[in-house]
Amino acid sequence: MAAHRPNHAGVTPPRPNGAAIVTQGLVRRFGAFTAVDGVDLRVEHGEVFGFLGPNGSGKTTVIKMLTGLLPLSEGAAWVDGLDVRTESEQVRERIGYMSQKFSLYDDLTVAENLEFYGRIYGLPADRLRRRTQDILDLNGLGPYLHRQAAKLSGGWKQRLALGCAMLHEPKILFLDEPTAGIDPVARRQLWDLLFQLSGQGITFFVTTHYMDEAERCSHVAYIYFGRLIADGTPDTLKEMPEVNPPGTKRVEVTAPEITRALRLARELPGIRSATVFGQSIHALVDEGFDTAELESHLLRQGIHVSEVRPLAPTLEDVFVELTYKHQQLAEVVRA
Amino acid sequence: MRSGPFRGLRAVLYKEFLHMRRDRMAIFFALLIPLGQMIVLGFAIDTNIRNINTVVFNQDNTQASRELLDRFRNSDTFHIVAFAQSDKELNDWIISGRARVGVKIPVDYSDQLLRRGTAQVLVLIDGSDSSVAGTALNVSTAIGLDESLRRVVGVSPRFAVDVRPKLLFNPDSRSPNFFLPGLLAVLLLFVTTFLTAVSIVREKEKGTLEQLFVTPVKPMGLLLGKLLPYLGTGIIALLGMLVFMRFAFQIPFAGSVWLIVLLSLPYLFVNLSLGLIISSIAGSQSEAIQRSVMIILPTIFFSGYIFPRETMPLVFYLFSFLVPGTYYVNISRGIILRGAGFEHLWTDGLVLLIMGVFLLFVAARRFRNKIIAV
Repeated sequence: MAAHRPNHAGVTPPRPNGAAIVTQGLVRRFGAFTAVDGVDLRVEHGEVFGFLGPNGSGKTTVIKMLTGLLPLSEGAAWVDGLDVRTESEQVRERIGYMSQKFSLYDDLTVAENLEFYGRIYGLPADRLRRRTQDILDLNGLGPYLHRQAAKLSGGWKQRLALGCAMLHEPKILFLDEPTAGIDPVARRQLWDLLFQLSGQGITFFVTTHYMDEAERCSHVAYIYFGRLIADGTPDTLKEMPEVNPPGTKRVEVTAPEITRALRLARELPGIRSATVFGQSIHALVDEGFDTAELESHLLRQGIHVSEVRPLAPTLEDVFVELTYKHQQLAEVVRA
Repeated sequence: MRSGPFRGLRAVLYKEFLHMRRDRMAIFFALLIPLGQMIVLGFAIDTNIRNINTVVFNQDNTQASRELLDRFRNSDTFHIVAFAQSDKELNDWIISGRARVGVKIPVDYSDQLLRRGTAQVLVLIDGSDSSVAGTALNVSTAIGLDESLRRVVGVSPRFAVDVRPKLLFNPDSRSPNFFLPGLLAVLLLFVTTFLTAVSIVREKEKGTLEQLFVTPVKPMGLLLGKLLPYLGTGIIALLGMLVFMRFAFQIPFAGSVWLIVLLSLPYLFVNLSLGLIISSIAGSQSEAIQRSVMIILPTIFFSGYIFPRETMPLVFYLFSFLVPGTYYVNISRGIILRGAGFEHLWTDGLVLLIMGVFLLFVAARRFRNKIIAV
């Protein structure tokens, strides 16, 4: 987890240089409720930053503060080196934002939506034409240019919304759950597009619920009830000691009758936790645990184990462990 | 417009133009509904009361009593529909609503006239409709007075005082002349406030408003971009209604049409600002519609459009000064019926302008804070 010094009220920290997004002690309150509670983040240029967390944990609130939609209650934030509190107008020139709802004008056509956003950003006619062509080359919306946005499918709407958000060549794009409710092919294509663009130096700040999407990010953070509880590359997070308690290892056991096998496996000492993944069990076990013992235990009940192999933790394991630890901590504090 | 306080104005205007071109039905209805209401109110509502259903119980049944009934008949106000044979029957006609007025001439009517006593005639009036009752009361009293005078001083008396009332501005007392100029206030409010509020709340629901706030568009550019198209719609609706009033209803315009248009601008400005305020409060389109109606009702009741303000209880009379429609009803009736000029009406225009500036200020303050919350 990134360690920053706390930001004392009234003291404006010096402008940080070099990063796409920096927040220090970011706080947002709604009345008595604290939606975002002291978040410190640093996202470098060209990163695909995955921002994860359960519903209502403050993801969208952080995005709204960074894009200037909501004022900060406390702390500081810089986007492309600009202070969002005092330089929001310049910030808006440099960012693009796509909300969960793919906010488009349904009664306008694809071309009209693009042209409207082009005009809003004040693109001159020739640049607007060039950028529209670039966007159409990228997202393949060309054949639907004169179709009303309302008549596009979810995936196409999302591509159009992304196109509108990046028409003005923003350096940083905020995408709030860009793949919610769209089909797997469109989802895959969007991520391919994001990586292509990130290769050109665009920074992406993406919220998602999908773990496979998180695995693809170059940098992920996990927010839980307003607090950041994990922050780093997927690989460094998987090596965290909280996720890999000393004296333990992870194994994957593939077997038929998987739910009965899981129940039986949990009876054995040395298995700390076990859960089903498709046709196999992912288990966290003691370092000295002998998997042959598990195999024979299952065999006595008529279950033939087909494969046992060591396993690296997934990001889901990481977030589950951290959330669990955090809940325990909260209970201790309450008691 | 790369910068400046109106940044984004032209882009928003372009978009609103596209919306309007696409959604022709909405604009069509915005213009058609007012004309439809004008037709209904112009033709159907007639405040001049004629031909009130009247039932008669004539116990006397002589030449004298029949003469009196002829006076009732010829007044144009009463229409004798039946003759009752008993008090009960007379009452039943009125209670059932088949007749609004019952005239009972007692047996001794002609005897009393002959003996130079006081002949009594009972006129029962259904008080459940106050305007009908008022007319019946006045006319029947006048008939009685006239009949008495004729009998006391002869057929063509010379009066000491001769009051000759002259009805100015609306000599035939035609109802459309009175109603339609006032109706302008209600219909313009409907067209502008309603359309503005719904159009902004729709963007709020879709999330496009939030999207716009992430772009460099300036609040004034956005506000004016949303308001100007509806100001234009309001002016077109106004011109349409004026043409309609002049040519379909043959209402003579005593004053300048251009002065009406000029003084309508501050009123439209007030209405648009009200639409903005509604859109900052309402979370959904249906809520916006409800709140628009809440503003339209006081305009109908307190602006003097239907009920004279002078007869209102003091509290309502004072309240009516806060209703923008009050000033506009005075402006439109003043120009169209009384031929008033700018020198007579500039204060009403000024009050509307001040209201508009104040409301726009309130709306602009609420706009950014409230509209994007949640």
